[in-house]
Order: sequence, then C-alpha cells, then structure tokens
Amino acid sequence: MTAEAAVKYVTEIPEEEVKRVSEWINSEEYKEKNFARQALVINPPHACQPLGAELAAHGFEGTLPFVHGSQGCASYYRSTFNRHFREPAPAVSDSMTEDGAVFGGQNNLHEALENAYTIYKPKMMAVFTSCMPEVIGDDLTAFIKNARNKAIVPQDYPLPYANTPSFNGSHVHGYDAMLVSILQTLTEGKKIEGRCTGKLNLIPGFDCNTGNYREYKRILKEFGIPYTLLADISDTFDSPLDGTYRPYPGGTKLEDAADSINGKVTMTVGPYASAKTFTWIKDNYSGTHVSLPTPFGVTKTDALLMKLSELFGKPVPESLKAERGYAVDAMTDAHQYIHGKKFALYGDPDYLLGYISFLLEMGARPYHILCSKGTKKVEKEIQALLDSSPDGKGCKIYMGKDLWHMRSLLMTDPVDAMIGDTHGKFAARDANIPLFRFGFPVFDRVNLHRSPLIGYQGAINMLTAICNKFIEVRDETCEDRHFEMMR
Amino acid sequence: MSEAPIKKVEGITKESTQAMIDHAMEIYPEKAKKKRAPHLAPNEGEGACVKSNRKTIPGIMSARGCAYAGAKGVVWGPIRDMVHVSHGPVGCGWYSWGTRRNLVTGVNGVSQFAMQFTSDFQEKDIVYGGDKKLKTLLNEAHELFPLAKGISVLSECPVGLIGDDINSVAKIASEELQIPVIPCNCEGFRGVSQSLGHHISNDTIRDHIIGTREFAEPAGPYDIALIGDYNIGGDVWSVKPLLEEIGLNVKAVWTGDGELEKIAATHTVKLNLIHCYRSMNYMCRVMEEKYGIPWLEFNFFGPTKIRESLRKIADFFDDSIKEKVEAAIAKYDPIMQAVIDEYRPRLEGKKVMLYVGGLRPRHTVNAYADLGMMVVGSGYEFAHGDDYERTSPEMPEATVIYDDASEHELEQFVDELRPDLVGSGIKEKYLFQKMGIPFRQMHSWDYSGPYHAYNGFPIFARDVDMAVNSPTWKLVKAPF
Repeated sequence: MTAEAAVKYVTEIPEEEVKRVSEWINSEEYKEKNFARQALVINPPHACQPLGAELAAHGFEGTLPFVHGSQGCASYYRSTFNRHFREPAPAVSDSMTEDGAVFGGQNNLHEALENAYTIYKPKMMAVFTSCMPEVIGDDLTAFIKNARNKAIVPQDYPLPYANTPSFNGSHVHGYDAMLVSILQTLTEGKKIEGRCTGKLNLIPGFDCNTGNYREYKRILKEFGIPYTLLADISDTFDSPLDGTYRPYPGGTKLEDAADSINGKVTMTVGPYASAKTFTWIKDNYSGTHVSLPTPFGVTKTDALLMKLSELFGKPVPESLKAERGYAVDAMTDAHQYIHGKKFALYGDPDYLLGYISFLLEMGARPYHILCSKGTKKVEKEIQALLDSSPDGKGCKIYMGKDLWHMRSLLMTDPVDAMIGDTHGKFAARDANIPLFRFGFPVFDRVNLHRSPLIGYQGAINMLTAICNKFIEVRDETCEDRHFEMMR
Repeated sequence: MSEAPIKKVEGITKESTQAMIDHAMEIYPEKAKKKRAPHLAPNEGEGACVKSNRKTIPGIMSARGCAYAGAKGVVWGPIRDMVHVSHGPVGCGWYSWGTRRNLVTGVNGVSQFAMQFTSDFQEKDIVYGGDKKLKTLLNEAHELFPLAKGISVLSECPVGLIGDDINSVAKIASEELQIPVIPCNCEGFRGVSQSLGHHISNDTIRDHIIGTREFAEPAGPYDIALIGDYNIGGDVWSVKPLLEEIGLNVKAVWTGDGELEKIAATHTVKLNLIHCYRSMNYMCRVMEEKYGIPWLEFNFFGPTKIRESLRKIADFFDDSIKEKVEAAIAKYDPIMQAVIDEYRPRLEGKKVMLYVGGLRPRHTVNAYADLGMMVVGSGYEFAHGDDYERTSPEMPEATVIYDDASEHELEQFVDELRPDLVGSGIKEKYLFQKMGIPFRQMHSWDYSGPYHAYNGFPIFARDVDMAVNSPTWKLVKAPF
C-alpha cells in the first residue's frame, strides 16, 4: 500500500444524508430498531441511588449529607439540587481515590468524619455510598463502629448510613434506603410503651417540589392535626435571602423524628419511594400505618382527606371543602381545553401515577406512559388506573424504556403534550409539543418547585399551566382570521 | 482603554491576607490545618505561591469533580459528531448531560449527539463484567446513529475496579464498525481532580486520533487550530470569526462544537492557539514534539487582553496578518470603548473574587480591570503549579490565592473581604447570594455568553453590571 493510498481525508456529512437520516429517525422502521435495543440506554430520565439519599438527608435538621466514595459524585449530586432548587446544597465526600481501591475506604471515611464534624458542625451526618466502596465491598457497619470507638465522633452521635449502589435501582431507592436508616438511627431506644404523641408522621417520598411540602403542612393545619413531616426539605431548599447564609436552614427536627416512633398515625404518600421505610415502620412504629398514593388530582386528595378525617376523628374542615369546590369549579371551567387531549408522560412511579389520575379526571388521555425504573407492581397499578376510565382505553405503558424510545413514540404516534422534567425538552421540541415540567429536575425554568402539585390547589396549578399553554399555542399558531378576543 | 494590571489594593497586605487565612483555618483539626496551609497564600507576584494538584482532604467540602468529569464534560463531550458513551452506572452520564453548556451545531440524534448514552450498569454487569454489554451497545449505537463519526467509551468508577478490558472491546468494534471507537480509562477515582481526566483524554486523542486524517484541501500558511475552547454559551462562534477576520484559517477546534475528523487532521496546521492551557497543553506539547507545530497561549477576555493576544498571534505571521490585526483592533476598539463608557461608571472600584477552573481565575482578571474592577482573591479547583505561576503576575500584590478551596474557606474569605461580586460555580452561587453578595457563574457563564472575544465582552460587561447593580440587592434587608 502506498503512503498516498493510506491517507484518509476529512469528510463532511452530505446535506442529503442529514436530511435522509433526519426523516428516518422519525419512522416506524426506526422505532422498531430503537425498541429492539438490548444494551444501549439513551437519555434515561432517572438518576442513581445516592442522589435520592442526599435528598432524604437534606430533609433533617442540621444534617450534613456525607458521600462515601469518589468526590466527583458528591459534586454531581450537589449541582443537581443547586440547579433545580436554585439553592445551596452543602454536602461532603471522603474523596476516595486509587489507594482507597487497594486499602478500602476506612481511612478516608474517618478523616472526613473528623473534618466535617469539626468544620461544619452538623447535628447529624447521613452517610451513603457511591459506586467505588460498593464495588470493593467496604464494610460500613464496621467502619462506623470503629469511628465511634476511636472517638472520631461522640459515641451517641447520630451517624445513619445506607448502602446506595448506583448499579441498582434509581434515586427513589436511594431515598428510601437513606430515610429508613435515618429513622432507625434516630428512633433507636425511643419507643415508649403506652406513649402516643397524638401526631401524624407524614412521609412525602422523593419529592423535589417544596410547594408540595408546604401544602401538606397547610392541609394538616387546616385540619388541626398535629404532625411531623419526615424528611421535610421545604425550608432546606426554599430558604429566605436576608443576608445570612445558613448551611442548615430547615429539616425535620431530630427530636421530632426520634419521637415519631410513638406516633398516632404514620402515613406515606410516596409509597414507591418509601417501600423499605414503610415496611420497617410497620414492624416498629406504634399506632396506625397507612400507605396512600401521592395526592395528585381531586380523587386522590379526597382519599387523603377522608383518611385523615377517619384516623383523627375530625370532620374535613369547611375551608378544605370549599377548596375542593374551587378546584372542581376550575376543572369544569377549563375542561374544554384539555378534554380528549393526548399526553405523553414519564417520571418516577409516584408522580407518574399522580399525573395519570389527574388527566383521567379531566377527560384527557395519558397516552404514552413511560417509566424508566419501575416494578411489575407499578405497571399493574398504572394499568388498573387506565382500566378505571374510558379515557384510559388504548393508552400504553412502557416499562424500562428511556427518552429516546419516547422520541420514537412521539414521532410515530403523536400526542398533544408531554409531562415530565427538563430532560424531555429535546424530544418535545422535535415533536413540536409543549412540555410541562412537573417532574424533577427542572433546570430551565424558574420557581416551578415553589408551586404545589398535590392537593386541590395542586390540581388547579397543573390545570392552569396546561390549559393556558394550549390556548397560548392556539393564539400563537392560528391564522389571523381565527385570532380572536375570547378563548 | 489600555489597562495596566492593578497592582495594589488598599487595605490588603501580606500580613492582612495571612491573618485572614490563619483565621479561616482556626477551626480545622491539626492534621487538616497542616495539609491545607500550603494551599492558601498571599500573592507573591511571581512563581506559584501555593501548593496544588494534591489529593483533596476528605470531608472539607471541596468543589472538585473527578477524572470522568474532566473527560466527559470537558475534552470528549463537546465533540459534536461522536457518540460519547458513559460506561458504567446511569448517574455519571445523567449528571453531566447538558450541564456544561458546550453548544453544538447540527441535528440532534442525526449529525450531533449531545445526548446521554450509557451502558446503565446493573448488579449483574458488576459481577460478570460489562465487556459483552459494551460490544452490543457499540453495535446498537452505530446502527441507530449511522452518521456518528466515532464513539468514545468513557469509563466510570466500577469499570476500572472490576477489571473490564474496554480497550480490546473498542479495538475490535473499531475494526468491525469501521469507525474510531476510543476507549478512555477515566474512572472517577483516578487522580485528584478533573485534571487527570483532561490528561487521560489528551492521551487518548494522541493514541487513537491525531494523524489519522488529512484535510482534503492543500495546506496553507495561515492554517491554525483553536485549542481549549469548549464553546460555552457559543464562545467558539465568537472567536472563530475573529480569527478568520485577521486572516487565519481555523482548521479545527478542540473541542467546542468540534468535529472528530478535523481534530484528527490537526497535525498539519502551522500554529496551535491555546486558550485553556490546563486542559489541553498536553496535546500542544505532543504536536510540537511530534509534528513541530508551535503553540501559543492567548487570552480573549476583555479588550486589553484581546488586543495584546491578537498582536502576539500576528507576530507568528507575515505583514498581511499584522495589517489585518491592526485593522481589526482599530475597528473594535471604539466599539469596546463604548461598552466601557457605558458600564465602567457603574462598576469602577468594585471588588471581585474568583474561584473557578481551567483558565478563568487568571484570564478574566484583566477583563474586570477593563471595567474598572479589581480582583481581590482568586483560585482554582484543579490547577497545577504552572497555572499558579501564570496567575501571580495577573493578580494584585498580597491578594489571597486559594487552591482547591473548601466551602468554609471561601465563605470566610468572602465574609472578610466583602467583594461586590463573586465569580464561581453553581455549588457556590446560592451560598453567596444568601449572604447578599452578587454572583455570576463563571463556568457556565450563568446561562449567558459568549464571553470570549469582541462579541463576548459586551455580554460579559452587561452581565457583570446586571449582577452587581441589580435593584434586588437593595431589598435584602427588610425595613422592619
């Protein structure tokens, strides 16, 4: 072979090739190939376990999330929360490197505990793992015990820890693993026979809408039900700007969390993000244990209020009855703008189930339902919801799929809008449909996390966002002669 | 408009800075204090006054990332016509998906691939290894994205720990698919920061890419490559036209909005112009040694440095380039002066603190000076000694220099110096805003940009003014 023959020149992709492939990726043929993928995952909407663990940790008073693993992991989790909430998210890591791979991570863990305890003065450090210690098999139980024995932290200092391998489950499972460990740690030895706090312990689940947390609290206040909201991130991730930086501006009080084991009722409204926690609670907490779906839409909010009324022997307050009426009024007024519209949905199981209930209440069609990480149980529950309404007919569920699959669905079997998070914006743009950012994360809009989606108020908020957007699209795209004063 | 660097800041002396540093470290445990002390120092005006590129101290709340972040986010990720596979569990690729703002041209999923490709490792992949999965997914990527010019395989932590052999999988796939498949062993646990990820990625370009293509058109005397510009907020789209205006042919960009084959043919250019020294000096040195291509560092932040840099570039070429450079300076100077006239009165004398990455802690110092502002503290997440050597002369005497600063240190320094603006990253942003201190993200241009070259400066000036003089700051203290 001559030298010249070996030369490969720089080539440009011909315009017609770009055009051909652009059309091809929208085709049925492409969709089939796309759905035949066995190994490659493209644009998955879920993250890894430790992210969820960090969220749970941020939900407790004075708590410093602590990543046992590589430092880059901690930076990624923190940035994600910074971007979504536009708030600080202090967390440390023990910066494991190559020598950690050889000798294990105990030295790093101990040095980091000492430094973080001294410098950032947390009331609790919640330790969770990223990949490295999980792969090399670090024994966290022993490491933590040794840390106490070496007096790196006081004997009674709360150091919950959770194994949150990124190669298993998703952020919701990490949330669950961290939450149960925090509750186990804080409630240890706190159960008092015969004591009842009279309170409701409420577990919201992996929820990055601070408005939801405040809405739960408002509803309970209206009811006059004393409560402990567990893993309450509302003040952590929506804190005042007044000239003072507070590293731990919120979270469930540790003593309230400790006493939660003596609660009257413990309720999860994020069942798929707190399955392990709830199982443990059933075996260990006093009082009644209730699991309800995340209250999106009127029916699920009704169920929550009726349950609260029943368990606490209080009638649903007039104020909430009125709110229900406002919501139904708003829904009736607006139904014509959403009825029959087809939606593509994706997200975590609890939210996804919420979107579906709400849409079905509005006569809309949850047409493509994609859950990238979910069990058979989730699928069955979604199917049951679909079967409960004529508008659920013909709607399809796609378990274990990603947003590149979703793109194929949008291009071959179009819908009117999509509900998800920021990551869907590329597919939505290609399909020329609006994307409603009700999920997590939202990197490209401001203040959405402050606007609740749960309860009657949440239903009004979702409805307003959706219907007004459809009206706006009509205003922006209609012919001049159809551009009119009223809509 | 010609700004001499500011050399003195009233009230800042070597003693005052050292006292501030000592105060910040007071609460540290002895061991941490001993380890951190050499990384914090008053500026000495020359040489590297701090130690750098050392392991982060566990538990201090560092802002650093990892080798994978340096490979995916910085070097490989911006190459637009390749599929970049985050090989391992789902998270790393998810967190680095679209979060660096390296903008790209083309059709998403057709001719550009700014997406999140991952092998999404599960437990069984850890136990049995991921090589087979990798082989399958490479085939799938090639089938679904036929116009992709190549595929990079960016290893996450588990891959290196379980002993997968991505190199041989990539080699075989490369032959079978007839496109470059580049294995990059950039596991996050390697090294002390994202910096090693840059280096490893440079090495993979050296081993797999450079010299494998040639430009079809004959080489010309003004062929150059733009190195270390990642097109954050469109920086490359501001720089490239300026370089073309002064008569240069920008044959390849590393790697912002970059194209694989052009990068592969860079060994035929006459000069490499490097903006981000930290992340790409390695390949400049390789091309110098192997192909005899000289390289030149330049700075396109703010009119003073742009002018200085353009003349430095012109010195490499003949009179025709020199004339075009002078013509460009004559054309843009009045435009830049108008920008300065507009903003400088509102920014004069304001103090800035910086804590960023690759080049900005030194390169932007004079851009602030163009606006009448002085930088009273600067530092890097992942710099080396040669970065600090380059920083000292840019900074005023005795101002504080910090390497791999902890959140506590930054907070203390800012609290003491009370700058009018902090330029740093997303993890720092809201902390300082809560303190009532104006802030701009200086990694991502805070969703604005470009900031490079003449088109960038008016935007930079506007953004700085907007942050410093936003009326919202007056509302921070309630009247009751």
